Amino acid sequence: MKGDFTTLEKRLGVSRRDFLKYCTGIAASLGLSTSDAIAMAEAVAKPKKRPVVIWLHGQECTGPTETLLRSEHPTLERLILEMISLEYHQTLDTGAGHQVEHMKELSMKENAGKYLLVVEGAIPTKDGGVYCKIAGKTMLEHTVEAAENAAAIIAFGSCASWGGVQSAYPNPTGAQGTQSVLPGKTVVNIPGCPPNPYNFLATVMHFLTFGSLPELDSQNRPKFAYGRLIHENCERRPHFDAGRFAKEFGDEGHKKGYCLYKLGCKGPETYSNCPAVEFNDIGGGTWPIGVGHPCFGCTEEGVGFTKPLFSLADVKTHTPPNAFPEISDREETSNVTAGAAAVAGAAVGAIVGGAAMAAKKSGSSDARDSQD
Amino acid sequence: MSKAQPLGGTIFTPFFMAMMVLFAISVYFLGVRFTEGMGAVANINGGYPWGIWVVYDVVIGTALACGGYALAITIYLFNKGQYHPLMRAALLASLLGYALGGIGAFIDMGRYWQFYNLLLPWHMNFNAVMLEVGLCVATYILVLVIEFAPAFLERIGATGLLKALNKVLFLFIALGILLPTMHQSSLGSFLVAMGYKVAPLWQTVYFQPVLALLTALCMGFSIVIFEASMSKVAFKLDDETHLLSKLGKIIVGILSVYLVIRFAEILMHGKFGYIFAGDKNSLLFIMETVLFIIPIVILSSQEKRNNPKVLIWAAVSMLFAGSLYRFNAFLLTYDPGPGYSYFPSVSEIMVTVGIVAFEIMAYIVLVKTLPVLHKPKHA
Repeated sequence: MKGDFTTLEKRLGVSRRDFLKYCTGIAASLGLSTSDAIAMAEAVAKPKKRPVVIWLHGQECTGPTETLLRSEHPTLERLILEMISLEYHQTLDTGAGHQVEHMKELSMKENAGKYLLVVEGAIPTKDGGVYCKIAGKTMLEHTVEAAENAAAIIAFGSCASWGGVQSAYPNPTGAQGTQSVLPGKTVVNIPGCPPNPYNFLATVMHFLTFGSLPELDSQNRPKFAYGRLIHENCERRPHFDAGRFAKEFGDEGHKKGYCLYKLGCKGPETYSNCPAVEFNDIGGGTWPIGVGHPCFGCTEEGVGFTKPLFSLADVKTHTPPNAFPEISDREETSNVTAGAAAVAGAAVGAIVGGAAMAAKKSGSSDARDSQD
Repeated sequence: MSKAQPLGGTIFTPFFMAMMVLFAISVYFLGVRFTEGMGAVANINGGYPWGIWVVYDVVIGTALACGGYALAITIYLFNKGQYHPLMRAALLASLLGYALGGIGAFIDMGRYWQFYNLLLPWHMNFNAVMLEVGLCVATYILVLVIEFAPAFLERIGATGLLKALNKVLFLFIALGILLPTMHQSSLGSFLVAMGYKVAPLWQTVYFQPVLALLTALCMGFSIVIFEASMSKVAFKLDDETHLLSKLGKIIVGILSVYLVIRFAEILMHGKFGYIFAGDKNSLLFIMETVLFIIPIVILSSQEKRNNPKVLIWAAVSMLFAGSLYRFNAFLLTYDPGPGYSYFPSVSEIMVTVGIVAFEIMAYIVLVKTLPVLHKPKHA
């Protein structure tokens, strides 16, 4: 196996160690075993032919591409751009104009049935889709045309997944997600604003290694990434359970890292692995809730861009009772009250008094008994 | 042997009415607790998560309810049948004490709606000290119901059922001895889990269970004496001092063993100096020890033991000693770290008082309607 990787080291310019670490990391975010990591390593080390990727942009801010460019696991550009053959991508292509459009058409014809289609951004459908045109054709036409012969379709980002912010009321352009303009096709949704690049990379790696897509949930999101509520893995969850909430930005609870539920955090109704994977590879709780901002539900259709930012989430697990004792402000206070001391004293007194009465009566009844 | 009979008579005496008032007050505060939450009623906090609802209602309450356990050991394990007339009353007091201890634990539970998970094997945490106590107490309450059932069955005249029950009752009596042995010692083991927060004079790694068990037994015998004496005065029953004074003798034996272990542990671990440190802890320790020694002194003397007046005081002193021992270890000398303090709020105390009032009311109603106590022959 060592020989296999020496060529790879040369080709990709990464050390064998770094490369295997990368593959293991990707396998781990998919929830796969080490042997699958080795399979992935081999899939990359011995590419039959690098799979072709066609990447379309619709109505969006290029956030998903930006997030992918910022993934810092060993050298994304070297590995991924060497691993896949990115034949068309409006942001990253060096060429422009008719030249790249021509290349795209050639590539799609040549690789029919084998290329991976990535859609980024929403697709306007109102008035025939005239609100987003590339090279004289609407985004709608581009998408339908590219999807026709794609081996797999990935909608990357919330806009591509269900329309995102463009589709929010009143949705003047009739923006829709990829799936709804491609009825009958399976579109893998990787929502998020921005989406986590590792969820995308892991899905692609799964496709490359096993030739199939990872298990999907009812909204066609990979289960490994969107199988659990943010609330379930949130590092602030103990505060929720204990009833400790930040009530406004900058208050004491907020400074102490209490639960953000009452600030409108949508973690309790949003499925995503954000608390586990975090962002930007710097660790230390670098994700919205980790840095003190309530989750706004970007990966959840009907929550992100739809529900008001500071309205309370619909808690899918246990609702917090507003019923726990306040534990924060009890320190340095003596809670003995005169009333409590009096009642406690009265209780003890009643027992002693009762016993005294019983002892007295007991003695007198004995005296009477002995007289009987 | 005379048969137990319902005492009859009016239930709504002035005393009973007074108890009802206390109970009504506690119902009000419980309403507040369940609508507005624990914080609105209890003074418990991050440092003192266990207030009197746990320490009194559960830890002390169940020790005070050890009468049935202590008598069951004497009667069935040591075959001392002569104590049998005391048994039903002791069982009733145990049943009420334990049931209300269980309710106390429920009231104190933050997420009480999760309570049922305790009984689901796949949700049990076998590393939890609470699990043993929780399950054991829950089972023991059921066992007590079955042990006390003959009184009820006699009353309704279900002779067939009574006969059938009597055939298997020995199994439940055996459980009724085993279960309290388990959980009363585990209640002591809580202190082991609390580690350094428990003051040195009360903390011992190996002897916590045995100390808890021995004091619980003594409290059990004492409550039988106390409750029989109170019943005698309140319901004008026959004097049972001849039986009770023998229980006093047992207390002396157990209590001596307890004190030897307690002081040996303190001496062996070089903690003797704490007793005379002159601070709050040393004062409380001395108070507690004096309360333990009073019953030994009184009950060692045959003459004093046979005097019902003095016997009550010995029992009361023992009950206070056992309770103070627990209050000391769990609350009064417990040190969760700087800044924390705890004293129960009025509402918290009133809930506990109301629970005790309910216990007394239930006892009065049941001895008046079910065959529990022995009516005087000349009455």
